[in-house]
Amino acid sequence: MSYDAKFRVWRGDADGGDLVDYTVEVNDGEVVLDIIHRLQATQSGDLAVRWNCKAGKCGSCSAEVNGMPRLLCMTRMSTFTETETVTVTPLRAFPVIRDLVTDVSFNYAKARQIPAFAPPEGVAPGEYRMQQVDVERSQEFRKCIECFLCQDTCHVVRDHETNKEAFAGPRFLIRAAELDMHPLDARDDRADFAREEQGIGMCNITKCCTEVCPEHIKITDNAIIPMKERVVGRHYDPLVWLGTKIGLRKR
Amino acid sequence: MTAELETYDYDVLIIGAGGAGLRAAIAARESGLRTAIICKSLFGKAHTVMAEGGIAASMGNVNSNDSWQVHFRDTMRGGKFLNSWRMAELHAKEAPDRVWELETYGALFDRTPDGRISQRNFGGHEYPRLAHVGDRTGLELIRTMQQKIVSLQQDDERESGDPESRLRVFAEVTITDLLQDPSGTVAGAFGYWRESGRFVRFNAPAVVLATGGIGKSFKVTSNSWEYTGDGHALALRAGSNLVNMEFVQFHPTGMVWPPSVKGILVTESVRGDGGVLKNSEGKRFMFDYVPDVFRGQYAQTEEEGDRWYTDPDHNKRPPELLPRDEVARAINSEVKAGRGSPHGGVFLDISSRRTPEEILKKLPSMHHQFKELADVDITKEPMEVGPTCHYVMGGVEVDPDTAAAAGVPGLFAAGEVSGGMHGSNRLGGNSLSDLLVFGARAGQGAAAYVQGLGDRRPDVDQAVIDAAAAAALAPFEEEGGENPYTLHQEMQQTMNDLVGIIRTADEIERALDRLAELKVRAQHLTVEGHRQFNPGWHLALDLRNMLAVSECVARAALLRQESRGGHTRDDYPTMDPHWRGRNLICSAHGDAIEVREQPMSAMRGDLLALFDTDELAKYLTPEELAAVPAPATHTDGSGS
Repeated sequence: MSYDAKFRVWRGDADGGDLVDYTVEVNDGEVVLDIIHRLQATQSGDLAVRWNCKAGKCGSCSAEVNGMPRLLCMTRMSTFTETETVTVTPLRAFPVIRDLVTDVSFNYAKARQIPAFAPPEGVAPGEYRMQQVDVERSQEFRKCIECFLCQDTCHVVRDHETNKEAFAGPRFLIRAAELDMHPLDARDDRADFAREEQGIGMCNITKCCTEVCPEHIKITDNAIIPMKERVVGRHYDPLVWLGTKIGLRKR
Repeated sequence: MTAELETYDYDVLIIGAGGAGLRAAIAARESGLRTAIICKSLFGKAHTVMAEGGIAASMGNVNSNDSWQVHFRDTMRGGKFLNSWRMAELHAKEAPDRVWELETYGALFDRTPDGRISQRNFGGHEYPRLAHVGDRTGLELIRTMQQKIVSLQQDDERESGDPESRLRVFAEVTITDLLQDPSGTVAGAFGYWRESGRFVRFNAPAVVLATGGIGKSFKVTSNSWEYTGDGHALALRAGSNLVNMEFVQFHPTGMVWPPSVKGILVTESVRGDGGVLKNSEGKRFMFDYVPDVFRGQYAQTEEEGDRWYTDPDHNKRPPELLPRDEVARAINSEVKAGRGSPHGGVFLDISSRRTPEEILKKLPSMHHQFKELADVDITKEPMEVGPTCHYVMGGVEVDPDTAAAAGVPGLFAAGEVSGGMHGSNRLGGNSLSDLLVFGARAGQGAAAYVQGLGDRRPDVDQAVIDAAAAAALAPFEEEGGENPYTLHQEMQQTMNDLVGIIRTADEIERALDRLAELKVRAQHLTVEGHRQFNPGWHLALDLRNMLAVSECVARAALLRQESRGGHTRDDYPTMDPHWRGRNLICSAHGDAIEVREQPMSAMRGDLLALFDTDELAKYLTPEELAAVPAPATHTDGSGS
């Protein structure tokens, strides 16, 4: 029921750090976050980690386990063998603050750039009418818990620091798609924004974001690809281009 | 040290960034005031995201018989008539507007066939009343308000070039003390950045506490690490009062296995959508636990209970949907009688009652949670569940209309940190609506207070700042002291074992002895390392709050010699009408906590008239009953 596991946890701060080896007790049914907490309580009181709900709902305890972006609270110890060393490191795409805690302010800056939901004019509160089938498309993206694992794994963000300025990342491309597909959002320039301000063209659909999403949101298939198609439709379809030019089609 | 203290000036400071805090911030900013939000975690991670079932509001979208009067009545029944009736009235009246408003911020609730906001059944609610998004309603509420705040910042950026000119979020900051002028008037707050450990001072003439609950004082809880009773303790130390602290809600259905997730919530929607509770003999035991006050409102046979899901107008609801305190006690009794599940809970079964497709549609997060954490497929097998500490009804004594805290000018409180609204027991779904209704009122109340001050701003003595800094650094000064984690575990065990779901005078007294001992030991804690993102240090500071709040719970629990809602005394097992009209008020005097009785104001006649005399007789004393105006007759068909 209980065994001693080998853990390697990255310890350090913005100035650098190292993997530190620990031997720590593991019990039946535990997840990686339990083990990190045991290290805090028994061996290393100042080991820094973010966490809140411990139930996969708040998206705080994001880190990398054996190199894979994961929620620590949803990574069960039973997925490892008893002799395997479990390596826990901070999210690589963001600057380290301390130990497993990174500076994710990039994401909050990107969130602030997206024009907010625009309420429909002349529709009073309480008078909104939408069909379930129509809200479901956006609801899928609103399941997002903002763990930023998709942002961490996306190679556009992860491997090229210079892309961060021009590229919003998968989390905010689904936000754009969510607003675009909202039945009552009054703006019609969500696709333009995705192209011009969010750099949707930089995504080359490797689907890594979809793979790591703990909410199983089909980021690529249901959000990014439809948004790319809208961009193509608006900007590169010759008939649409002509229609816009001669005033048959409104922007 | 003080010379370089980082200092900010605001009109309104909101401590807490859950549903109540964010709604208060929106209200204060929309009143034109410069507003700051203090967030202990990252923005958007507050415990509100854990709320699953929905927001109670009598919109009447699914059953048009619903009205604020019926919602008010359900709320008072759920709280066993100990609620602040004025708060319950405001809440029932204003909840629909607060929900509809969220749609204008961009919220996307599940819909009825005619395109309105869908509403679901929940324990203690007469009609389908909970606006919801699957079983992740709290996340929708937080994200919606988070995005509304961002949109207000975008407005400000267009106007002034600075998105944070009138509304700023300070993420990962913990407040350790409120600042007051020599007369006790609120002047701001003092805290530290979790990231760097650097101190920060906020000057603000109005402070809204929206810090949530106290669950981390108990061992088995659905609450996150943030729920350390900070706002409760800040109010207490500032000279305000806490009311109803003996009432702690144990949610009947928390996960019981595996051990690492023990306490994590299993939403009441499982029962609202058809799930039933069974013991190890396969019996639906809740039929044996309908108390006298609710007899006549619940089905007596399984057949009738099952018919209710499709024909609620002609059948009574199943007893699995009794208020939470009743269900939690029933589960406790079954387990004690040896009819529990293998891991010490009971079975909650939806797999035999709904198709896998229905379950996946209505309860996706629950399916996910059990699959990932317990390796249980809830479409195929029952869940094992048991009571978990979930919510504290008690909190800061406030003025119902303005949310102003008793006794401290400039201090306000809303949401779980405030007391009175839910009486002795909160109904599911009434929390999210509480956050919205009283969050907005607190924001407006604080704004009106600040506007009333004109240019006057209270002053703080430098000695107050120095003392706050010294107190926060104390754990680094001590060598050879105790480990804060060890102390925390002992406190949680004490509260769980001795002031838990079933209480006796003897056990509570033992708990008070242990808490007194822990309080002394807590003055000699030692933390490793330095101030940068140091969880050991953070816990050492939070412990002071948890100990103060735990003592309030225990002292009030000892004084109240009856059983009502979230307070069950084995030595006083029945509800006593003589205790109904009395609140227990906790206050701090130096290091000592005092608790005293305070009579409640009598309910207004038109509200009393919403109840049958027979029902009032179950709660009121003969003298109170004699003073009730002539009985009214009901025409709304409810209560049948």
